[in-house]
Formats: sequence, structure tokens, C-alpha cells
Amino acid sequence: MKKIEAIIRKSVFEDVTEALHAVGIDFFTYWDVIGVGNEKAGNMIFRATVYETRLIERRVISFVCRDKFVDAATEAIVNSAKTGEMGDGKIFISTIDESVRIRTGEKGPESLYIKE
Amino acid sequence: MDITTLTASVDTFWILITGALVFFMQAGFALVEAGFTRSKNTTNILFKNLMDFCIGTVVFWLVGYGIMFGAGTGFFGAFEPFSEVNHAPAGIPNMAFFFFQLVFAATAATIVSGAMAERTKFSSYLIYSAVITLIIYPISGHWVWGGGWLASLETPFVDFAGSTVVHSAGGWLAMAGALVLGPRIGKYKNGKINAIPGHSITLAALGVFILWLGWFGFNPGSTLGFGDAGLVAKIFVTTNAAAAAGAIATLITTWVRYGKPGLSMTLNGVLAGLVAITAGCHAVTPAGAVMIGAIAGVLVVFAVEFFDKVLKIDDPVGAISVHGVCGAFGTLAVGLFATEGGLFNGGGAALLTSQAIGVASVFAWAFGVGLVLFLTIKYTIGLRVSAKEEENGLDYYEHGEKAYN
Repeated sequence: MKKIEAIIRKSVFEDVTEALHAVGIDFFTYWDVIGVGNEKAGNMIFRATVYETRLIERRVISFVCRDKFVDAATEAIVNSAKTGEMGDGKIFISTIDESVRIRTGEKGPESLYIKE
Repeated sequence: MDITTLTASVDTFWILITGALVFFMQAGFALVEAGFTRSKNTTNILFKNLMDFCIGTVVFWLVGYGIMFGAGTGFFGAFEPFSEVNHAPAGIPNMAFFFFQLVFAATAATIVSGAMAERTKFSSYLIYSAVITLIIYPISGHWVWGGGWLASLETPFVDFAGSTVVHSAGGWLAMAGALVLGPRIGKYKNGKINAIPGHSITLAALGVFILWLGWFGFNPGSTLGFGDAGLVAKIFVTTNAAAAAGAIATLITTWVRYGKPGLSMTLNGVLAGLVAITAGCHAVTPAGAVMIGAIAGVLVVFAVEFFDKVLKIDDPVGAISVHGVCGAFGTLAVGLFATEGGLFNGGGAALLTSQAIGVASVFAWAFGVGLVLFLTIKYTIGLRVSAKEEENGLDYYEHGEKAYN
């Protein structure tokens, strides 16, 4: 089992969702995050004060799947999330030791939402 | 103080206080539009609502008032810069009448921002908003309220407080704008129609309550005096009845059609009833007002669906349906439900015909000139923000100032 976690632009979220659907990933979790980078995101103004911000808004999507889905899912994310400009994001893949479905007590790949 | 002075004072007081209520409708529009759109565009939509009133104030004073009320031809008033000439009814100070007309003009202008929300360039907005209050609204306003050709028909066109003059004109301009502008990114994708839910039903609901309150200035104030207290009271009742009936009709329609009672649509139903009764609030019975409001409440649901699904014009707040369609319907309804001259009250079809002429000509004017205006802006300075700006929010890129921090 692998966990795939991708940081993507909010604007490509729908495209990524569709691309993942197409390769059989129907369930995932996401949350909105704010990162701090070197790239200046632009000037903000509050009343008469101009200030610089380096806060960069992105969305993180995360899911655990069987090993055989990894390549197709990664490729789907890259293809759908790529704009070619700096800041398109990253994908992190890690191994998951164990997984349990709380309702039934099933363990391992059987407990995943994403079935065979 | 003699009785004539006292009467004039009461009338003036009434015009000014209802004018202030109409001004407060700006707050209602601002909240409705902010609530029905996404949080990344809130600063932008509030800013547009603030500035269209400020710009409207200056340009309507500059020439709009003269074009609308000046004694000219049936089509155009007069060029009278800085509203020096008195156009007020006898006994009313010119300044009171000017202020009252100004807040109405600003209402017409502010309708447009909702339909074009979340994708229109701020600088372009300021320009078209000025043009609307400068010439487009005053010219069609002159036809009806300034002694123009519609007021001079054999059976004069009746639009008491502005279903057509204010709301339909604003709605048809909004339609031209939204058409030229195109839908928001993500609204129509791969042949699918997506809902883009607004970020705060709380703000939208408060906005509708404020508009409802403001309408107690808009319609009863259009008596331009308190001499006939019974008429003023009746207009309170008809205005309120139409709003309530509109909401109930929309509630039932959405419940039957979508399986659940929907608040966001029912809020539009309140406005549909209010817009529809505006033309005939003085001329119909309370029962007639309930009928007009209820029909508008049903009509608005189908109008929203029609623009969304058939014409594919993306109108985030439903301004075209509420103001354009229900304004036109309410104006026609005067010809049906008026106690004097209405078709259903044995008055024949003469009034209904005049109403139809008025509705059609204001549509042709507002939509036609609107298309020219928006296309001109589109091919000169540009009407729409870039895709990147739109996706990340207008607040961030256009203003560098977010509404929620």
C-alpha cells in the first residue's frame, strides 16, 4: 500500500479530480494549505499600508492505494496539474505499513476504499 | 406657518426620508451580491457596489438629471449641467426631487454588477457604470418619467415606481453585459452545467431583508408627497403583499421541482415579487398584488433555469431574471390587474398594449445600447480579467486586499 500526497494549485483541482477518477481513484481527502516560499506572491494593501506577502495558497490531496495504482495515479496528477509555470506543486509517495477498516475490522489492502 | 407651507414641508420630508431608505438598498444589493458569490471576490463586489453609487452621484448631477427631466423632445430631455433647473413637482424643493431621482438612478446602475460578478475588470466596471447613469438610464427614464413619448401615448404607459424604468433597464443591461463577458471559468465544462455556490447565505439573507425595507421607500416614496395618506398606506400593503406572495410561490415551486425547499432561490423570490409590484403598486388591490407577486415568484425560478441552461448566460446572482424578467412581467401586469384600465377589471386592452410597447422599447434600448457599450469596452480596454486572476480571486490580484483574513 502506498500513500500519495500531492500539493497542487487550487485552480486545477477539478481537472485532477477527473483525471484520478479516470484511473480508478474515486476517493481521496483534501485540505487547503498556505505555504511560505521565496517567491514573492505580490503586494497587499491594508488601508494605507502596502506590505509584501510570501504566502502561497495551495491544496493538498491525499489517498492510500494499492501499489499497482501508483504509476497511473501519479501520471494522472502530473498531466492534469501541470501548467508549466513555477509553482505547479509536488507529489510525495510513501509506503503504508498497515491499514484497518473500522466498521469491519478488515486489514491491509482489503480495508482500502480503492478496491481491486 | 400657514397650511400650504406645512403641506409642502411634510411632502418634502417624506421624499427625503424615503430617498434615504432607497439609498440603503445599496447596502442590500452589496450584501446579496457578496453572499451569492465566492469569498475570493468579496472585496471586489463590495467595492463595485460602493463606487457605482459614488460615480452615479457625480454623473447624474452632471448631466443625467437634465437628460431625464429636462423639457426636450419625446426621446431626449435637455443638456442642463449641474442640475440647476427646477424639475420638482409644485411645492417641492428641486434638491429634494433631485436627491430622490439620484438614488433611483444608482439603483439601476448597481443591478448590473451582480450578473457580471467574479470576472469583470474593475476599471472597466467603473467606466460602464458611469455611462449607465450618465446617459443610458436617463434617456429611457425620460421616455416615462420626464414627459417623453411613452408618457404621451394615447393611453399613457404606467410605471409608478420603476419596474421597467429602473429594474428592467438594469436587468437588460446586465443581460447584455453577462452575454458579452461570457460565463465564469468552470460554469460550463464538458457540456455539464455546474453550480458555483455563493459563500454566505447569511449575508444574502440580510441583504434581502434590507432590500425589502428599502422598498418601503422605493414604492411609497414615489407618491412624491404625503397628501394622499391612504394611497401611501395602500402602497405599503401592496408592496409587502407581493414580496411575501413571491417568496411563498418560489418556496412551493422549488420544493416541488427540486424536492427540497431552497432558501437561496426563495430569497430571489422575495425580490421577484418586489420588482414586479413596483410598476403597479398604486393601481392594484392587495389581492391583485398577491397575484402579481405569486406569478413573479414562479416565473423567477423558470427564468433562472432558462438563462442558466438554455441561453447559457452565467448570472451569479440571478439579476437578469429578478430585475429584467420580473420587471417586464410586473409592468405588463398593470395592464391586467389595474383597478382602472386593467383587462381583468373590464378596462379593455388599451392599457395592456401601452404597457407592452413600453416594455419592448425599454428592452430594445437597454439591451441594444448595452451590447454596444460592452462590446466597445471589450475590444478597447478589455472587459474581463485574466484566467489566472479569475481563478485565484479578484480580491488578491485586482485589489491586493482580501475580505477575510
